[in-house]
Amino acid sequence: MSGFEFVALSLPPMVIGVLAAIACALPGNFLVLRRQALIGDAISHVVLPGIVVAFLLTGMVSTWPMMIGAGGAAIVSVLLIEAIRRLARIEAGAAMGVVFTAMFAGGVLLLEQTDTSSVHLDVEHALYGNLESLIWLDAAGWGSLVDPVALAGLPPELLRMAVVACVIVAFLLVFWRGLKISTFDEGFARSVGVPVRLIGGLLVVLSALAAVAAFDAVGSIIVIAMFICPPAAARLMTDRLEIQVAWSVGFATLSAVAGYVLAGYGPLWIGFENAVSAAGMIATVSGLVLAVAAIFGPHRKGAQLPR
Amino acid sequence: MLRVVQSQANDTTADPAAPLSIRGLTVSYGQKPAVFSVDFTARAGRMTAIVGPNGAGKSTLLKAVLGIETAVAGQVRVFGADLSMQRHRVAYVPQRASVDWDFPTRVIDVVLGGLYRELGLLGRVRKHHMDYARDCLSRVGMEEFEGRQIGQLSGGQQQRVFLARALAQNADLYLLDEPFAGVDAATERAIVAVLKGLKAEGRTVIVVHHDLSTLRDYFDDVWLISTRRVAEGPVKEVFTEANLRATYGGRLAPAQIDMLSRQDG
Repeated sequence: MSGFEFVALSLPPMVIGVLAAIACALPGNFLVLRRQALIGDAISHVVLPGIVVAFLLTGMVSTWPMMIGAGGAAIVSVLLIEAIRRLARIEAGAAMGVVFTAMFAGGVLLLEQTDTSSVHLDVEHALYGNLESLIWLDAAGWGSLVDPVALAGLPPELLRMAVVACVIVAFLLVFWRGLKISTFDEGFARSVGVPVRLIGGLLVVLSALAAVAAFDAVGSIIVIAMFICPPAAARLMTDRLEIQVAWSVGFATLSAVAGYVLAGYGPLWIGFENAVSAAGMIATVSGLVLAVAAIFGPHRKGAQLPR
Repeated sequence: MLRVVQSQANDTTADPAAPLSIRGLTVSYGQKPAVFSVDFTARAGRMTAIVGPNGAGKSTLLKAVLGIETAVAGQVRVFGADLSMQRHRVAYVPQRASVDWDFPTRVIDVVLGGLYRELGLLGRVRKHHMDYARDCLSRVGMEEFEGRQIGQLSGGQQQRVFLARALAQNADLYLLDEPFAGVDAATERAIVAVLKGLKAEGRTVIVVHHDLSTLRDYFDDVWLISTRRVAEGPVKEVFTEANLRATYGGRLAPAQIDMLSRQDG
């Protein structure tokens, strides 16, 4: 493949895929350790009604109203989950299950009962995203990477995903010690005055931000996979949180790049004619990485019995 | 290191700067109160046991004092002030079973958690912090385990790490939730020695305690609780048959109560 083709057609979706994977995997480390991994799943489902409502209110399919609608739905779902957990005294996992299936179903009903089916807004798009279509038409080759005019034509998803990833990295850097102490021992953290509520709230809000931004670019399948698979695989590689987070970033990157390449060329290599969904393949690769780590990872629990 | 040694106040109710003073504290989960309108006052420089049957609200009492659980009513004063002003003088050892020991962290990292008040969110861990954390580990006999992942330790070793983290807090008031639960005899002796050392330095130690047979050996004072306050005071005066019956009701066999309350008169 020529430099032009690669830079224009493959590089942007790959970079967006990597950024989306990292933005989800980073908070995913803490969600998994806090036994809240399902929250990523919940958020990525509940954005559907949010997007539909945003469309009904504004009458157009444009990015910002949809992002705001999705973010609003994510916040509503988090509040509902907390309310159900506290008022009904139901375990968090069950509360999430109830909220996200109900809201997703509500989104599907809304979608069917309105004109939205006539525009490009469908369940398939929500699941798989449109990673392959995020191409860079202004690119003329590797030189375009330093050409401001060409750079201005990059898909807007790339900048958005990069900003979200940076915000999440900044959050982790600033709150690292508080996050670590409160994730390990919440009672002790409260006793020494760690802002436990603020940190837990920000973690969920930023996870929602990552999910919503990634959802728009790459669909909810990647979001769900990246919140859980790279952190879970990374946990099996080390017994230190700092190193686990580094491994999770590595695994997320590996999944995104390998998944994208395999989706585009894998079917051709084995004799099929059409490429497969990049989002689906990236999620599949992340699952395979987790499987390999579960079998060979040096710090898996092995024969130890659960406590 | 500069320390203010608390004066030994004998009239507990009148001591305005008692290490811990609890008035009318009520904590409720749902409809049923776990702790109901409880008053207690800790005396400075003494070891106090919180004793009562399962579900009597012992752990809840500690958590409410620390603001981990929200009280429905009541007042808590720590050294005569609101807890928010005195957090740096209070150390807490939660129940060992309350955390996930598979958490990816090393022994030394857990102990460094005790320096949170000093380091804050962003302060850098420097060599003297590391040396201090190692010193705290050696006080509980765990200095050789600093690089271990915490899940690889035995229950007793995990409990010692928790105690080392509390030592790193260098507090004046120590609150421990069942530190002897599920630990080996050597660990229990080591923990008791450390706690008595804290007392000898004039610090105040309050422990949720289950083993009535060691109460007299380990503690100066006892708070008896069964959702409500039953009694408080020196072990010798308060640990009586009548008070035990009032605390445990039918949950201790009469013979047990008889034996415990008569021990060394």
